Amino acid sequence: MADIYFTKEHEWARVNGAIARIGISGHAAHELGDVTFVELPTVGKQVQQFEVLAAIESVKAASDIYAPLSGTVKAVNSALENEPEKVNESAEEAAWMVELEISNPAEVAQLMTREQYTDYLKTL
Amino acid sequence: MTDHAELLQLTPLHSRHRALGALMAPFGGWDMPIQYEGIIAEHRWCREQAALFDICHMGEFLFVGDIVAGGLEDLFTFSVTAIPVGRSKYGFLLNEQGGIIDDLIVFRLGLNEAMIVVNAATAPNDFNVIQSRLRGGQFTDISSITAKLDLQGPRSREVLVDLLGGWVAEIPYFRFVRQTVLGSPAIVSRTGYTGELGYEIFLPTDTVGELWDRLLADPRVKAAGLGARDVLRLEVGYSLYGSDIDEQTTPLEADLAAFVKMDKEFVGKTALLQQQQHALGRIKAAFKVTSRRAPRHGFGIFDGERRIGEMTSGVFSPMLGCGIGLGYLEPAYAAIGARLTIAQDRTVMEAEICSLPFFDQGSLRS
Repeated sequence: MADIYFTKEHEWARVNGAIARIGISGHAAHELGDVTFVELPTVGKQVQQFEVLAAIESVKAASDIYAPLSGTVKAVNSALENEPEKVNESAEEAAWMVELEISNPAEVAQLMTREQYTDYLKTL
Repeated sequence: MTDHAELLQLTPLHSRHRALGALMAPFGGWDMPIQYEGIIAEHRWCREQAALFDICHMGEFLFVGDIVAGGLEDLFTFSVTAIPVGRSKYGFLLNEQGGIIDDLIVFRLGLNEAMIVVNAATAPNDFNVIQSRLRGGQFTDISSITAKLDLQGPRSREVLVDLLGGWVAEIPYFRFVRQTVLGSPAIVSRTGYTGELGYEIFLPTDTVGELWDRLLADPRVKAAGLGARDVLRLEVGYSLYGSDIDEQTTPLEADLAAFVKMDKEFVGKTALLQQQQHALGRIKAAFKVTSRRAPRHGFGIFDGERRIGEMTSGVFSPMLGCGIGLGYLEPAYAAIGARLTIAQDRTVMEAEICSLPFFDQGSLRS
């Protein structure tokens, strides 16, 4: 069973052993409005925790997506390139963006659990 | 947002927007609906059905008097006396340097009567400038008693015919009629800002709520916000005042000389004549991006490493499936088909200069 963690920048990471799937939260997708573009990294790219990993644009705004964890990009959800609206439909499931092979599982200590994230949203 | 609302002006429909769950934001000093169900859905509804916009924030002025003797004839970049009664015309109010104080539409209501429709943010200054330049006649700001609804989309005509009567179907593009609507005097004009068949309806503020409700009760009609309006106008290449044109921009630089009549007098004409005799330093051009990425206001335009201009508007176009935008650049680079780079920080996109409109399949003249 995978555990899901969130960042203050509204990314999520679903950690399953050494692999983590990354996306943006349903809250973030709702705030962005209609998503029109997703820029995905190339497979093999190495990122440090909280570095820029991808980018997203909606009709209202453009923002960077930061890596919740350090690691190496193993796969990307390239379906989003032609159907970015999937992010609005299923931000935390079907519209995962990147699969990372994580290099330091201890970094999850820097992230929020679902419960903590829900409380965090109330403070915004 | 709620804090801002204290300082912002509210349209007569404000509580209706709230009840519909609209996302509200400040625009031109007003608390306006940006979107209801979503910008793309509302954009699509306008292109396919009929979208209803609250445009009560825009300003309306009334001039009554001799148009020539009163000085109204010399105010704008087009002739008011040349507009037949029952028609309207788009053009500019300029400063002495030829800069655009506002873009506006004049409705020729009668031989000695005209309504001037201006942008919301610029309305107070426009009124002062126009009043200071007039030599006679009665000039009144009727914005607070005048509401405006835009119904835009290929089905807008049938909706209005069913609600108001067959006379609506007889109004050609850029003409209007004065009629009684829901018991109140109204102006129904075949104009808009979307590239679709559509109407702008001016009526008293105390009647607008009822018309809004009656129109929204029609299943062919949905409310649309300023977000969709911005995408719609940019797809047909219309300039947005404050973004694409302003007091530092002349109509020649904005490539809008078609709305300037050089054989009449108007403030700013001398400056435009001078500008015509020299090479323009910059000119507005239209950009189509090679991806779904959207350029934004302030992004740089580059030829290789050299910055040659700046974007003033940009969106993702649902109709074209790519980013589109307007920007100003050195005229030597502005040829149709020229390939340039638009960038800011990490965001880089390739684009091609194209002709306007970006989207020309609208129902505008149907």
